[in-house]
Amino acid sequence: MLTLTADHYAAIAARHPDVVRPRFWSVWRLPALAGGLVAYLAFCWWVFGIGQVLANTNWQIAGSYLVQWVTYEYRPTIAIDRDGAMAVTFPRFDPIGPNPKPDWMTVEHTRMERRLAAPASAGATAGGFMGGGSFMAPAAAPLASADEATVRTEEVVKRVDVRFSADARLVVTPDSLMVERDGETMVVPLGGASVVATRPLPAWAEQKRPGDRIIVAFGLAGWAQIDSDAVVIHRRFPGWANFIFDTNSAFFGKPAGEVLHLLLGGERLDPDRSNLAVAVDDFLYNPSWQHLDVWTKLLETVVMAFIGTLFAAIVAFPLSFVAARNITPNWLANQTAKRFFDFQRSVDMLIWALFFTRAFGPGPISGMAAIFFTDTGSLGKLFSEALENIDNKPRDGLTSVGAAPIAVQRFGVLPQVLPVFVSQTLYFWESNTRSATIIGAMGAGGIGLKLWEAMRTHTNWPNIFYMVILIIGTVFLFDTISNALRSRLTGRGRS
Amino acid sequence: MPTRLSDRAALVERHWQAQARVRRLYTVLGIGGLLLAVALSLWFANDANAGKFFDRLPHVLDFTADLVPRDWLEVGRAMFDLPSPYDDGSLKYNYPEGRAYLTASFYIPEYLDQMAITLNIALLATVIGTFFGGMLSFLAASNMMPNRLIRWPARRFMEILRAFPDVVVAGFFLSFLTVGPIPAIAAVSIHSVGALGKLFFEVVENADMRPDDGLKAVGANWVERVRFAVLPQVLPNFASYFLLRLEINVRASTIIGAVGGGGIGELLRLSISQNHGAKTIAIVMLLFGTIVAVDQFSAWLRRGLVGRDAFLAIA
Repeated sequence: MLTLTADHYAAIAARHPDVVRPRFWSVWRLPALAGGLVAYLAFCWWVFGIGQVLANTNWQIAGSYLVQWVTYEYRPTIAIDRDGAMAVTFPRFDPIGPNPKPDWMTVEHTRMERRLAAPASAGATAGGFMGGGSFMAPAAAPLASADEATVRTEEVVKRVDVRFSADARLVVTPDSLMVERDGETMVVPLGGASVVATRPLPAWAEQKRPGDRIIVAFGLAGWAQIDSDAVVIHRRFPGWANFIFDTNSAFFGKPAGEVLHLLLGGERLDPDRSNLAVAVDDFLYNPSWQHLDVWTKLLETVVMAFIGTLFAAIVAFPLSFVAARNITPNWLANQTAKRFFDFQRSVDMLIWALFFTRAFGPGPISGMAAIFFTDTGSLGKLFSEALENIDNKPRDGLTSVGAAPIAVQRFGVLPQVLPVFVSQTLYFWESNTRSATIIGAMGAGGIGLKLWEAMRTHTNWPNIFYMVILIIGTVFLFDTISNALRSRLTGRGRS
Repeated sequence: MPTRLSDRAALVERHWQAQARVRRLYTVLGIGGLLLAVALSLWFANDANAGKFFDRLPHVLDFTADLVPRDWLEVGRAMFDLPSPYDDGSLKYNYPEGRAYLTASFYIPEYLDQMAITLNIALLATVIGTFFGGMLSFLAASNMMPNRLIRWPARRFMEILRAFPDVVVAGFFLSFLTVGPIPAIAAVSIHSVGALGKLFFEVVENADMRPDDGLKAVGANWVERVRFAVLPQVLPNFASYFLLRLEINVRASTIIGAVGGGGIGELLRLSISQNHGAKTIAIVMLLFGTIVAVDQFSAWLRRGLVGRDAFLAIA
């Protein structure tokens, strides 16, 4: 038996150095690949200006947007007039309603004499929705238009205490603002022309320029923006506010037990309709969540994918027989059909979608047509390849006993390819449910468009998340259905 | 001549007939249900669409009349940013606008430049996806990572990345990044990491484990086992999936461009909606050519890598 010792090897290497020397590429292949990759990434870094963009990005905004997917905010504004009268107003179209009395905010009132000068903005500020529940706008508004100053006694806010967490709170009085967080305290005198804290700012407060507004962060509990004449509180809570019933609904804010009691035969809220009808109506037409509209749009997307794929399969089916070399022995017909499929696939769903959106207007028909045109090509190509790979013996057998051409296809070809055809169609149906969302965003309608419009506002993050969850759920559902059907058809897990 | 059946054969015959009837009933019900679903879907789609199908059908091609250029040389002029003889100051005929000058006199035509950006977005995203997807795939493959505590989160993480539609990711990044190609890169890459990671870990799980046993026997650590036992086996398949993903990503980055991510997609959407005939045709031709070229190139490379099977893989 021949044994190769190290000495032998060295001797061979000395006699024939070119045999044992590793080939150039087997040594340098990986370093060259890695070097090329690094060079390419550096090139991209430079050409897209990635470093610059990342440096200029405000990552806090990104974080706050992300947090907003699953939280909601109360946004009271504490306005301070020159004479020291304060007012707490909630945005009128806030999801929480115009006049909540939150338990994390203590508002103390006092009565004071005010000179309402005209046409000062003071009238407008004071005449909002007062935090204490007094509704003064109708009385104040006409006075503001009068020319002479008026003296009157009003109930105003003298102190607001906002609690963000156990050890973080913010207290506003007419002449100063005090913020406490984690044992640190910041005091800012208010009412001046600029905003200057009495001591250097703690780490959780930020001021772009001296004298500018100060932003105080309280982590997930929210943040506050301090100007010399107004403090805007953003108090954040986890969850989706009024997901089921809006503030306009009679069911808003009621505990689940009471709502259930009302639904199951409590006293009628609306004498004309049952409570259940009212509740369903309130839910479906909830103005901030628009459940019915969102679901209709989702259905549009699903229908787009369903009809587009189904019709594509129906049209691709006969064409694939023409394209298959072994079924139609005519070179010209094969090539025509195949190039036609290639054309449809390559003109991409994007172009078809833009084209049909112009032709039919935005909506599911355009999306359907786009999916139909693209997938006739894709399915046709796959079908014809499946046909070209069939076993020809059953056909030969049928031809030899004199079967009609149609019968040959029906009994000799179809049983072999039908499971493949159906399985491919199901796969495309599933993947088109995803695509339909995206082409929807380009104007073909459906949930994609609604989602994209909501995204462009940069504000409706909870709604966006809701739609994203619905889309992911739908895609998952169709994935599961199509996977189950396909594994029954082909007898294995995946096609 | 009717055959007389024995009692047992008649029983079999009766059962067979009964089953055939049930089967026929199911077929009829299935087809009926499908037809009903199609009819309802079509009615619903027509109802929801802005233009009604039968009202619009005669006018479907009306707008294409606007897209026909004054003469066919215009398409070439639009593609290569040459001045048009019909220039009336409007955007429609202002082709030289948007030239990317490299030197004082040498420029890259706008559409070729934007097409290159879109292609580059797709390539970069695919590279990022392959890199991170490849790393995750070894953590998610049951043969390389027996520890469930690492494998399970790795798989779920990739599922989450895959589940988010790329429009959503792009829209989110667009909301706080300055306008530019980075939202598109981020969206396409994130999706690619998830999609490639899944394909990769299935490849890794099907790898031959004997080289790995050998390396384990001589005391190699995990990284060495990955590098010398598994990677050489899976690299051709990884490369093939990389190329497939590149094809998909070229389309995806065009589409993300069209919804606001820049690149050629945005130009196409704008020029279609503004009836810029020659410009639209130039872009469509460019896109068509690029997509066909990328597909053919990738198919050719894949044929070398994994043989004819490459063609059975679907998008």
